[in-house]
Amino acid sequence: MSLLRTEDLCKAFGGLRAVDNLSFAISPGQVYSIIGPNGAGKTTLLNLLTGIYIPSGGRIFLDDAELTGRAPHEFAQAGVARTFQNLQMFFNMSALENVMVGRYGGERCSLATALLHTPALARAERACREEAAELMRFVGLAAWMDSDADALPYGALKRLEIARALATQPRLLLLDEPAAGLNPSEIRGIDELIGKLASRGHTIVLVEHNMRLVMGVSDQVLVLDYGRKLAEGPAEEVRRDPRVIEAYLGSPVAKVH
Amino acid sequence: MRWLASPRTGGLFALVAVIAALPLALSNNYFYEVAILVGLNAIVCVGLNLLIGYAGQISLGHAGFFGLGAYGSAILSARFGWPPLAALAVATAGVALLAYVIGRPILRLRGHYLAMATLGMGVIVSIVTATEDRWTGGPDGMPVPPLRLPGATLSGEGPWYAVVGFLVVAAVWLSLNLIESPTGRALRALSGSEIAAEVSGIDSARQKVLVFVISAVFASVAGSLTAHYSGFITPSKATFLHSIEFVTMVVFGGMASTYGAVVGAAVLTTLPQLLTVFKDYEMIALGSIMMGTMIFMPKGLVPSIGGLVGAAAAARARKAVR
Repeated sequence: MSLLRTEDLCKAFGGLRAVDNLSFAISPGQVYSIIGPNGAGKTTLLNLLTGIYIPSGGRIFLDDAELTGRAPHEFAQAGVARTFQNLQMFFNMSALENVMVGRYGGERCSLATALLHTPALARAERACREEAAELMRFVGLAAWMDSDADALPYGALKRLEIARALATQPRLLLLDEPAAGLNPSEIRGIDELIGKLASRGHTIVLVEHNMRLVMGVSDQVLVLDYGRKLAEGPAEEVRRDPRVIEAYLGSPVAKVH
Repeated sequence: MRWLASPRTGGLFALVAVIAALPLALSNNYFYEVAILVGLNAIVCVGLNLLIGYAGQISLGHAGFFGLGAYGSAILSARFGWPPLAALAVATAGVALLAYVIGRPILRLRGHYLAMATLGMGVIVSIVTATEDRWTGGPDGMPVPPLRLPGATLSGEGPWYAVVGFLVVAAVWLSLNLIESPTGRALRALSGSEIAAEVSGIDSARQKVLVFVISAVFASVAGSLTAHYSGFITPSKATFLHSIEFVTMVVFGGMASTYGAVVGAAVLTTLPQLLTVFKDYEMIALGSIMMGTMIFMPKGLVPSIGGLVGAAAAARARKAVR
C-alpha cells in the first residue's frame, strides 16, 4: 500500500516537457530520493506534488484520495509539507512565529474568536507556542528561540523551514535540496536530522545534489533525466546502473565517494 | 509588570489614558473637532493597516468604502427616514458584501495591478457620488441627520468625542487581537511569502478577501459616523485623493503597527491645522516634514522610534551586565 502515487504525470511548459509520463509510488516510512542532472525536472516534480503547478496530464493520489488539480493549501491540509530550494521564510516574523504558522491547519479559528481573543484561544495559542518551541529544539534551533527570522544565518534558516514543515504534522515531507549552500559540517547536521526524522517514521521525499547524503539516507532512489524516469530502485542498485552513471554521475564510479 | 510591556494590554492602557486625558487640553470646540476627526481617520487607518501593513496587499480605493458608508448612511436616513443607527448598520453590511464580491476577483492581482484595480473601484464610487445627484445631491453634497442613539440624539463635541474615543479603542483592541491569533499570523505570512503560506495550509485567496472585507467595514463605519457627525457630506470624501491620504497615514505612522496607524492618522490630521501659520507655504512645509520623516524613518514613526527605544534599552542592559 503506497502513501503517494502518481500515474503518467506530465508537465509541459510550451514545447518543453519538464515532467514526462512519470509514474511512481512511495511507501509509508520510506526516504525516497529524487536525483538527476540540473534541469531534469526535480523541482518541477515537487511543485506538482504540492499543487503549486497543475499537471498537464496524469494523476496524483495520496492514500488513494486523488489530489490532482487541487490548490497548494489543499495538498498541505491533506498532509503534504515541503521546504524550498531557495528559502521561503516569513522574514516579517520571529523564528518561533514562522514555525507557529505551520500549526495553522490544526489551530485555525473563527473570525469572531480571533477578534475577541477568547480565553480558549489564549490557551490554544500557549499550547501552539510550546509545540513550535519543541519543534525548534528538535531541529537544533534552541538558541534562536527569541530571534527574528531575518537574524538567522542561512544554515539555521534551512532547519527553520524544516521545523515549519513539521509543524503541519505532515504525512509526507518533501525536502528540496536541504543541503544546498551549506558547508560540510552543516551538511552532516542536516544528514543527522534527516536520519532522525526517518527513524521517527516520517515519510520523506528528498531532492538533493549531494550524493553522499542521498546514498547514505535513501531507501529508494528515483533518477530523472529530461523529465523521464531513468531508473528507480534501492540506492545501491541505482548507483551501479550503467545508464545512471552515464547520464548523471559521470564515468568513474569512484567519484561518488 | 509584564502586561505593561505587551501591546495588547500595556499599549491599550496607554491609549485609553491618552484619550481620557486629552479633553484637559482641548480648550475649545475647534480642538474637539480636530480630535474627533483624528479618531475617525484612525479607525479607517487601523483597518487599512491590517490589509496593507500586515497582509501586504495594497488598496488605493478605501475612500470609496468610506464614501459608500457615508452616503449609504446619509441616503437611508435623509431620503428614506430610517433611524440613523439602522442606516449605519445596513450601509456597513452593504459595503461588506460589496467588498466581498469585488474582493474575490481583484485580490487575485498583485502589486501594481492590485493598486490599479482598487484605484478603479475608488474612482467609480467617486464618479457615482458626484453624478447621481438625485440621490447624493451631486457635487454640492447633501445634509445628513444627526446620529440618534437609543434614548438620546448624539450632538455636541463632548459626547461625540466620547463615542469616537471608545470606538478607536475598540478598533485597536480588535486589530491587536486579530494579529495575535492564528488568522493574524496567516495574514502576516501572506506578506512574508505567499507560496510558503499556501504550502503551510493557508488558503491565501480566502484570507485576502477576509482582511479586505474587514478593512472595508472599518472604513465604512468611520464614513457613516463622519457623515452623521458633520451633518453634511460631499463627494470629496470618496475621492482618490482621500484614498491616498489614508494610505499615507498608514505608511507614515508605520506599516504593520496598529499604534502606528493611530499615530499616523493623528499626525497627518493635525499637522495641516498646525502648519496654517506658514500661510502660503503650508503645503511645502507639510511635504518637507513627510519627506524628511520617510527618509530618516523609512519604517514609519512608531516602528522606527520603537526600534530606537529598544536599541537603547538593549545597550543599557549590556552596560549593566558589564
